[in-house]
Parts: sequence; C-alpha cells; structure tokens
Amino acid sequence: MTFNWHGVLAIYRFELARFGRTIWTSLMTPVITTSLYFVVFGTAIGSRMNEVGGVPYGAFIVPGLMMLTMLTESIFNASFGIFMPKWSGTIYELLSAPVSTLETLVGYVGAAASKSCIVALVIFATAHLFVDVQVAHPFWALCYLLLVAVTFCLFGFILGLWAKGFEQLQVIPLLVVTPLTFLGGAFYSIDMLPGIWRTISLFNPIVYLISGFRWTFFGVGDVPVAASLGATFGFLCICVTVIAVIFRTGWRLKK
Amino acid sequence: METILSIRGVAKTYKSGTVALQPTDLDIGKGEIFALLGPNGAGKTTLISIVCGIVTPSAGTITAAGFDTVRDYRETRTRIGLVPQELLTDAFETVMATVTFSRRLFGRHGDAAFIEKLLRDLTLWDKRDAKMTELSGGMKRRVMIAKALSHEPDILFLDEPTAGVDVELRRDMWRLVHDLRERGVTIILTTHYIEEAEEMADRVGVIAKGRLILVDEKAALMRKLGKKTLTLTLSEPLAEVPSALSHWPLTLTDEGHALTFAFDANAEDNGVRALLRAADEAGIAWKDIATKQSSLEDIFVGLVHEQEGRA
Repeated sequence: MTFNWHGVLAIYRFELARFGRTIWTSLMTPVITTSLYFVVFGTAIGSRMNEVGGVPYGAFIVPGLMMLTMLTESIFNASFGIFMPKWSGTIYELLSAPVSTLETLVGYVGAAASKSCIVALVIFATAHLFVDVQVAHPFWALCYLLLVAVTFCLFGFILGLWAKGFEQLQVIPLLVVTPLTFLGGAFYSIDMLPGIWRTISLFNPIVYLISGFRWTFFGVGDVPVAASLGATFGFLCICVTVIAVIFRTGWRLKK
Repeated sequence: METILSIRGVAKTYKSGTVALQPTDLDIGKGEIFALLGPNGAGKTTLISIVCGIVTPSAGTITAAGFDTVRDYRETRTRIGLVPQELLTDAFETVMATVTFSRRLFGRHGDAAFIEKLLRDLTLWDKRDAKMTELSGGMKRRVMIAKALSHEPDILFLDEPTAGVDVELRRDMWRLVHDLRERGVTIILTTHYIEEAEEMADRVGVIAKGRLILVDEKAALMRKLGKKTLTLTLSEPLAEVPSALSHWPLTLTDEGHALTFAFDANAEDNGVRALLRAADEAGIAWKDIATKQSSLEDIFVGLVHEQEGRA
C-alpha cells in the first residue's frame, strides 16, 4: 500500500456525512446572514455610500462577505472534525490505522474545505439576488477560494488539535479571526482609513486575503495580488509545517 | 511456534514521571491466545496501546509479522485489530456505516458481503441501520469488535473484553475468541478476571505495577505455583485449634466445623499423611476430607503480594 486512498475517502465521506446531518442549518445560516448584511449594509447604508474604487458599494462588499464567512466556517469545520474524535476518544481508531499524516489531512481538511467552498458559493448566489456583481477572473476567483479554504482549514485543524475543551475551540475564531476580518477590509477599502490606521492594517494578514479575493472580482485590490498570494501561501506553509511537527511528535494526540 | 509479535525492551514513562511500563520483553506465537493478567493500572492497556500505535514508547522496539511497528507501520497496522476497553463510538453513525468506515480506514475496499457476514456473526445484522446512541452497552461492545475485525486482522487485541458485560455476551465473546483462533487469528487479551484467562488463554502473562512478572503456559503456571488446600470436615465443632496440633499451620473455618491446611502440591513430602496421623492421635473426629487446587486467582493474588513485598 503506497497511498491509502480507501482510508482518505473513508474520512472524507465520514466528515461530509457529519455536515449532511446539519445540512439545513449549514446552508440556511449563510443565506440568512448574507441577506441581513445586504439589508443593513447594502440597502440601508449602501444607498448613501459612494462607489469604492469605481465599484458600487453593494457589489464591493460581496468578496469580503464571502471571506468573512469562509474563514470562520473553515476554522470551525476543520477544528471540530479533529477535536470531536479527540474529545470522544474515537481517535484511537485513526491513531491505530495505517493512515499517514498526509492522508489524514487530505481527508479531514479536504472535507472541511469542500464544505467551506460550498458555503461561499451559496453566499455568492444569495448576493446575486440583491446586487449585480460581475467576476472579472472567475477561474482565479475559484482557485483563490480553494486556496484560502484549504489554508484556513489547516489552521482550524491545528486549533482542533490544540484545543483541550470547547471554549478553546471557539476562542481563536471568535476573538481573533472575526475581529481581524472586520478590520481587514471586509466592508471597506483600507484606502478609506486615515494614514496611521492604514499602516497598522497592513499588519493584519486578513487584509491580504480579502484584497486578493477582491482583485479576482474587480481587478483591483488594496495591496498587490502578488503580496496577497505570497501571504496566503506563506500561511499555508506555516500551517503544514506545524501539523507535520505535531504528527511527528504526537503532541496532544498521543500519550 | 512461529513468533508473530515480538516486543523488545518496550518501556513507557509518562511526562509526569509515572512509570507505566518497565522494560518489557514478550514474544507471542502465531495463532495463540495470550492473556495479560493484572489489576487495574498495572500497565496492560499501556502495553497494547504501544503495540497499536496509540501511545509512543519511551524505549524499545516491536515487530509484528516481521515488520517494525514504527518504520513499517502500514504493514503492521493492516494486520492488527484493536478493541479498546471503553465504548468509544460515533453517536450518530449507524452500525453499518461505522463498521464500513473502519474497514476502509484500514485500506480495504468496502466489501458488502464480508461486512454482512461479520455483522451476522456478531448478531448485529438486525441492528445494522440503528444509530449507535440507540444501542445497549452490550450491542455497542459487539460493534467495537466488528470494527476491529472489519479489516480482517491477523492479530487481535481485546482490552478487557468482558468488563461490565452480561453473562450471555461473555459466553458469546469466549466462543468468538475460539472461532477466531480456529481461523488462525492470534489473540491477545487483557483482563483482570482470572476465570477469563483460565477459560480462554493458552499462555498467561502476569503484569503488576508496570512489570511483567512472569509468562507461562496456563497449565504449567497453575502446576508450578499451585497450592492445594486440604479441608477436614469435623464431626464436632471446635472452639480453637487443639494444642496437640498447634505447630501445624492450620486454620479453623466454617465456624469451627472444619480445619483447613494449605500445602505445596509439588513437594515430595507435603505433610498430609503426617497431619492426618496427628489428628487421629489427638482424637479429633472428622467425617469428610477434601483437597482443592488453587485457582489462578489465588496464584495471582500471591504473586502480586510477593511483588509488593519486594518493592
């Protein structure tokens, strides 16, 4: 056996079945929250807003909204995926199975990233009901979506391994990632910020993600696309390295 | 006997400093049933968790079917099945789904006919569409076994297979173990029930406080360490052991209706004849005599006490 495809598919299907059990809340939540954002930001406030960089405000916030949900969804899905077996003890089976680190990641992260992408596409479809939004580079938009989903699912996977309880599981997405996303230009261009705040924003990694994704939509972003891609790949590499170390040492996995 | 599992110098010290397992050597023969016997916390689960890859050993190497469990983990893990002590299941999965999942996780394609047979053998077929939360403890235990057997392992670890299990399921379990052996599966079980080891095992390893104290054929172990007790049922009850017999290690039991004497069954002169003569001379009337081989339980308690005395 060189690559345990049966094992990878087993994990992937298991995780998708878990999502399938909560399909209505999984899919209706993004539809409803997106609609609410559009009612508040798109219609009520957006009608009084100018265009941002030549893009109507309603359309401008679509990539940011997709990112906002995608980042938290990816972290939650992937962290729960590995936290639950650890918490319930069923992880014994994974640890005693002929499955490598790579295979485990492909299974868990692949499933979580698939769900995140589906949710992002559902948000995109919902947004279409409210505003007319054109995607300048659809292929790159999909690639970027996938890249960010995989990266943040890897990050979520690390959090799931690290977390000792349900509270720790929620701390990072709720107290770190969501604020950084709001401050990362989900609803505005960082060019709109006064000088010092703009500089501070450049230290927020989420700025690069949202900017890159926005580029695939409108051909313009707050930072150069290369910087966005570099930042995303950099984070991806960090996550992969951390996970490789965790699996090699068995930290929080094995006694 | 061909060796299928070889454990060399395997030890485990946890970060807290707790020594769970002293350096241990053990060879398991192909097709045998081996019982690891010891009280709770003796290191039984640690040892099998190390073999299965769940706990990282502090020292030592293990080979299964000639493969190193670390370097060639795919080869060894496809050959090993584990039924853990606790009932660890995914609450919302169905029996069928969870058993099929296990088979695939271990690199096998989902063979519906094989899984049907497995579930029927374990009387789980009627419950195949039931969710794990809907099952009784006994049924869950069967599912755990089905999961462990789903990838057709050559070596099966049963960690406390009958802890908290009713009589019927325990009988089923024993039958299953014998059936598996017929098919050539090597079985290593841990237990703190002596009768289980006595009933099922070919060989027994006694483990206490992280140390494998001894390993022997079950029959040889009982013979070697076997103490016998002689019980004289008295015609008239006694208030105390008569002074004429006071230098014999006797105890008065059954409210003075019986005298019991422990002796070494393997000794050349076990003292029985002399004792009976002395009893007659002292005028003690007895109406019945019985001797009993001590059980593994007695042996085990003796060994553990000896170990504690030394420590």
